[in-house]
Amino acid sequence: MELVTNEYLLERLNSQFGDAIISAELPYNLLTLVIDPSRILDMLKWLHTDEILKFRFLTDICGSHFPDLKDNELCVIYHVQSMENNVRLRLKAFLPISKPEISSVESLYSSANWMERETYDFYGVIFTGHPNLKRILNVDEMDYFPLRKEYPLEDGTRTDKEDQYFGR
Amino acid sequence: MNSDITIAEAPPGIEGQGYFATLLEKTIGLARANSIWPLPFATSCCGIEFMATMASNYDLARFGSERMSFSPRQADLLIVAGTIAKKMGPILKQVYLQMAEPRWVLSVGACASSGGIFDTYSVLQGIDHVIPVDVYVPGCPPRPEQIIDGIMKIQELVKHESLRRRNSPEYKALLSSYGIQ
Amino acid sequence: MSELSIQEKELKNPPVLRNGEDYHSDYMTLNLGPSHPATHGVFQNVLTLDGEIIVDSDQTIGYIHRAFEKIAERRPYYQITPLTDRLNYCSSPINNMGWHMTVEKLIGVDIPKRAQYMRVIIMELARIADHLVCNSVIGVDTGALTGFTYVFQWREKIYDIFEQICGARLTTNIGRIGGLERDFNPEVYRLLKAFLADFPAKFTEFRNLLERNRIFYDRTVGAGPISGERALNYGFTGPNLRATGVDYDVRVANPYSSYQDFDFSIPVGEKGDTYDRFMVRQEEIVESLKIIQQAMDNMPEGKYFADVPEFFLPPKEDVYTKMEALIWHFKIIMGETDVPKGEIYHAVEGGNGELGFYLLSDGGRAPYKLHFRRPCFIFYQAYPEMIRGGMLSDAVVTLSSLNVIAGELDA
Repeated sequence: MELVTNEYLLERLNSQFGDAIISAELPYNLLTLVIDPSRILDMLKWLHTDEILKFRFLTDICGSHFPDLKDNELCVIYHVQSMENNVRLRLKAFLPISKPEISSVESLYSSANWMERETYDFYGVIFTGHPNLKRILNVDEMDYFPLRKEYPLEDGTRTDKEDQYFGR
Repeated sequence: MNSDITIAEAPPGIEGQGYFATLLEKTIGLARANSIWPLPFATSCCGIEFMATMASNYDLARFGSERMSFSPRQADLLIVAGTIAKKMGPILKQVYLQMAEPRWVLSVGACASSGGIFDTYSVLQGIDHVIPVDVYVPGCPPRPEQIIDGIMKIQELVKHESLRRRNSPEYKALLSSYGIQ
Repeated sequence: MSELSIQEKELKNPPVLRNGEDYHSDYMTLNLGPSHPATHGVFQNVLTLDGEIIVDSDQTIGYIHRAFEKIAERRPYYQITPLTDRLNYCSSPINNMGWHMTVEKLIGVDIPKRAQYMRVIIMELARIADHLVCNSVIGVDTGALTGFTYVFQWREKIYDIFEQICGARLTTNIGRIGGLERDFNPEVYRLLKAFLADFPAKFTEFRNLLERNRIFYDRTVGAGPISGERALNYGFTGPNLRATGVDYDVRVANPYSSYQDFDFSIPVGEKGDTYDRFMVRQEEIVESLKIIQQAMDNMPEGKYFADVPEFFLPPKEDVYTKMEALIWHFKIIMGETDVPKGEIYHAVEGGNGELGFYLLSDGGRAPYKLHFRRPCFIFYQAYPEMIRGGMLSDAVVTLSSLNVIAGELDA
């Protein structure tokens, strides 16, 4: 059984999904691919079923906001790992803020359920096909997505703390 | 007789063979102060320090809090230990409303007293925005000795409280300032 | 027009249950709400019960959402350590060390062996403390309060050790980026030796109370089972996953901080029910004691910090006398040191599983994005599936055996 190295992984992914991969990097020995958002579910399914790669564990889904990248403001980051081969992979999908839709992977990994709800709650990324996409950590009545860069950390309506004494 | 046992002072009253007469207020104050049943409303890290206070090393049962009541109807003291988020505020208020008079509130930790290190959009900056508080215990988390100090201050408050306080107009004004009837 | 009663409203718009069954008007809705003695932490479960059998459960979390990730975007790197304390606050040193290792990996610095061994001792003590809380609370939920008082006495001994090392008991803020802030003083060694000598016998007393206890066994065996495949699909890690039979431990798979030097085994269960989770944690305490003993016996000589002046504060005597140290001190505190750009993911084995830190740095004083991969958040999703078909009392015991810590759940 051959060892699954980062080079082998990249080679297999390129041969199968060469058109979906926009760029590939190797920061700190973890293969990071920027992919086309519409192919995420296919890629994760293929990684799950492939007999050699065996990426059967979804470690994490999170999001990020880059207000300066036009048409690529929101980013959804998937970390998957193969426990049997002891190798990890990071997939990043950039989405425009006007239409931040990406298909949900909840049908493949049950753990994606809440992780996608958290990303929706913080950044406003819409996961199509998610059974229950509503806010999870913030109050349901909140009407903005707090972790986007334009919103402040503090609650603007608080009366007992003077901003000038806190260096803001 | 030389002994190092400290005996608590009896309240002023008339003593005789087999009887002791004092003001009703003082007796009730003494009884209430030494049998406070707390409701531990523990949300986060201060809750673990509160559990350590209840455990055998810093035993809270010595102060009369033998039974941790988790039902608000049977509790005297609401101990709020931990961060209260804005989502949790209405629930805290509901628990407070379910408690019967006389009730006291002890706010344990920096987060419950003023929001603590979490000056964010989702954290209530102090529970005194929703319920009236009697004693604040600062610390992050406060040591069990500090929590016991807070409970002793509550005991002082309870011992010296007037029986008419809960019906007085000042108290009613305090509650209505929080929107509580 | 009279108000419809709750039953009538439910018959008109019956709730749809997740397993596709029809809602039966005899079902009862029970709120295992955020303020409840049995939920150790604030999370809400609205249970639909058929008599005492649980048919469905709807969860609401976020009652202690403190917006850690947004706060982290504002703070310089050394100020994020107290924030990580409050994730899994029962074992906060592990979170601190995990964060420091993430930043050290980002800046590419090697920590001396002595500091790594010291870190291992601290992390294993924290793991013991966390498992002791969880197991004694499983006992409390079945009515066995004695174990709780025994166990917390020994947690006080662990707190004494932490106090000698860093000054705090629970939210420790232990260590610094680049090592530890001070070497272990002789009192720490004395306390550690006393702990390692006395604790195993007392732990055996605690074990004898519960492990072979007929009542405890009947309460916990078969309560809240989950199979290995479903657990992996739900993203379980840590003792909850090992109780189902999958032996995945981050300390062995991706060793960090010299864990490869130590000889320890990973306890694994079979059925994934509450009793297995309890037993896995008990065995892990024994393994952690072994690791601490080995670390104490083989503690190498050397420095307790790495040579990374941009992050590790110079000693105070130098700050007051030497110009260079003064400048470094100023730069570190004001957050004006150069942080490399990059993105990194680092995971440690926390008390509940793989605690991951995803850090995206743009070279500025604070991280551009910091995300915590919190094991409690991920495995708590499986709770409805685990309790379906069981009874209400099983639901309570399952919840405490999962060791859901509210701080890690909501972050």
